[in-house]
Amino acid sequence: MELNGADIVVQFLKDEGVEYVFGYPGGSVLHIYDALFKQDDVRHILVRHEQGATHAADGYARATGKPGVCLVTSGPGATNAVTGIATAHLDSIPMVVITGQVPTAYIGSDAFQEVDSVGITRPCVKHNFLVKDVNDIAATLRKAFYIATSGRPGPVVVDIPKNTTDPNIKVPYEYPKSVEMRSYHPTDKGNARQIKKAVDLILSAKRPMLYTGGGVILSQADKQLIEFAKKLGYPVTNTLMGLGGYPGTDEQFVGMLGMHGTYEANMAMHESDVLVAIGARFDDRVTGDVKQFCPNAKIIHIDIDPSSISKNVRVDIPIVGDVKNVLNDMLKILDGAGKPDEKALSSWWNQINQWRSKDCLGFDRNSDLIKPQYVVETLYEVTGGDAYVTSDVGQHQMWAAQFYKFKSPYHWINSGGLGTMGFGLPAALGVKLAHPNADVACITGEASIQMCIQELSTALQYSLPVKVLTLNNRYMGMVRQWQEFFYESRYSHSYMEALPDFVKLAESYGHVGMRIEKPGDVEGAIREAFGMKDRLVFMDFITDKTENVYPMIAAGKAHNEMHMSPDRELS
Amino acid sequence: MRHIISMLMENESGALSRVAGLFSARGYNIESLTVAPTEDESLSRMTIVTSGSDNIIEQITKQLNKLVDVVKLADITEGMHIERELMLIKVKADDIDKREELKRLSDVFRGRIIDVSDTTYIIELTGTNEKLDAFIEAIQGQDIIETVRSGVSGIARGEKSLGLTV
Repeated sequence: MELNGADIVVQFLKDEGVEYVFGYPGGSVLHIYDALFKQDDVRHILVRHEQGATHAADGYARATGKPGVCLVTSGPGATNAVTGIATAHLDSIPMVVITGQVPTAYIGSDAFQEVDSVGITRPCVKHNFLVKDVNDIAATLRKAFYIATSGRPGPVVVDIPKNTTDPNIKVPYEYPKSVEMRSYHPTDKGNARQIKKAVDLILSAKRPMLYTGGGVILSQADKQLIEFAKKLGYPVTNTLMGLGGYPGTDEQFVGMLGMHGTYEANMAMHESDVLVAIGARFDDRVTGDVKQFCPNAKIIHIDIDPSSISKNVRVDIPIVGDVKNVLNDMLKILDGAGKPDEKALSSWWNQINQWRSKDCLGFDRNSDLIKPQYVVETLYEVTGGDAYVTSDVGQHQMWAAQFYKFKSPYHWINSGGLGTMGFGLPAALGVKLAHPNADVACITGEASIQMCIQELSTALQYSLPVKVLTLNNRYMGMVRQWQEFFYESRYSHSYMEALPDFVKLAESYGHVGMRIEKPGDVEGAIREAFGMKDRLVFMDFITDKTENVYPMIAAGKAHNEMHMSPDRELS
Repeated sequence: MRHIISMLMENESGALSRVAGLFSARGYNIESLTVAPTEDESLSRMTIVTSGSDNIIEQITKQLNKLVDVVKLADITEGMHIERELMLIKVKADDIDKREELKRLSDVFRGRIIDVSDTTYIIELTGTNEKLDAFIEAIQGQDIIETVRSGVSGIARGEKSLGLTV
């Protein structure tokens, strides 16, 4: 088949099984947009800002496990996409971003809408390519999808100069069936001897802890993790990225760990003697002070990326491999290898349950003001815990993570690593496209939502009836919280003056707006909103402006140095 | 500690900047870096001299290995190896005493005088970087006009190699 470069791009996407491309047209990609126009197989979703395209593609990827795909033009199109690319990079999300580029003859001449997209994105992609020849488009895109989705996933940028998509230059096209790269061979099978050693150590534990992260979700290893945890009877904690990898409703689940993790999870980490890190990367928000991190534990670390191992914390038994494969291998030898120490385990659970009884997530239920935690809790109840929940970044994100008990993977969608405000709404649109019949909620704040609010227009164009829950405390809440704790309540530029009327704003975008000001109205409003199956409903919850996220470990402190909410502060 | 990391990379534009960018983004030390094509024109060989604690060197090698363009990598300071650096040094040689002294020093260090003008010499010298440092130290009294060093190239001794097919 002879095709021009633009048709090759589109035909390739179709052959690769891509359903949706999130993008925004511009000069350098007009040939490709013309090719998109001529077909119906690959659906293009027109966003209102390229950042929205990347987050929507990212949300789609996180909710399906399939790569998200974006198409943006050169120059500002590419630079606007950078935040979303970096967001996907820090959370290891598979994504392919096609950026238009000025014609090869103009590269380096400071041409109109020219930037060095490959140079700008280099530090925040898994890999990137500049395609200089129409004959290389298909093979390069094939490599891009392969790299994005294999090993530790991540975003890949393919920069395509306009002349390579010239409609008049046709070359033979065939979907490249295989991809061979001598320099890229991710290790997905764990070393058998290391696995045996790890299993022996796991079974010898008196105070074990399973600490699992986003890797469990990326490798679709939730079933293996549940079987593993159930066989052993050990406590499980999830990182922010790992929520849903183990059912949040299970009794062995001790909650999220880290800076805003539960008392029981962090104390159990601190006192553990064997720590099994599964697809988690010892992020600073998880470890706190690395010198005081799990001081008495032998550490086993399963990760597909060798550079994650012993990067922040030295581990005793590293296992490089895909989490699912390694857990399967462990499960195979677990039964024959002995039994956990029942007596020690039962006293360990007694201790954990004692910590649990502090009820560290408790909040004032008799307040006249809407408590943000109560909104999330009510959302959980109204949706039966089955909704896909996206969030932005800040206090609302932490409350969403603490109070929505995610039952299964792919349902909790947030920017964990980069902490990108503006992520939640466009991500929710990507999720809704992937799961049109599911409930999709975006938990956000009045500061975050304004960073990508223009995507309300995209939601209308494609009839994507997500529900937006804004926990509106008239502050950049997390900034205000830090200023209260660490800057003697000098609220420097964290107060949001001149907020828009979100109800009218939603309405002017063609959606339904609601303002909820009393605790008694919260449940009814959420039920009403989710009852409107075909409408995007924007709920503006006027919440207690002084509420803080607890527990909290200050940056650089140890797991056993938690602040509890004032009414629960420990002596 | 000082380490010499040798790499085979895809000979593609941008490969060098991926390595250089990695070092600056992660705050790693880079003492010298050399790169040139090999007998296989699709591959280039890069030698990086860096220093850091064992943990940092471990991270550097892992992060470099993670780059998609890196085909093969070895820390050649882990075993027996040879390292060489080329230096071209232009010095003032405007009277007979200086000229004699420079000639003598150059011979001692097995250097060669490869350019002579009325007032200058250019001396070519190859060796480990300690040797080149020592030479600079030795002629410190003379006026150095210009120094060019190639950066270190290194290779493992014996049968050990960084080749693609072994």
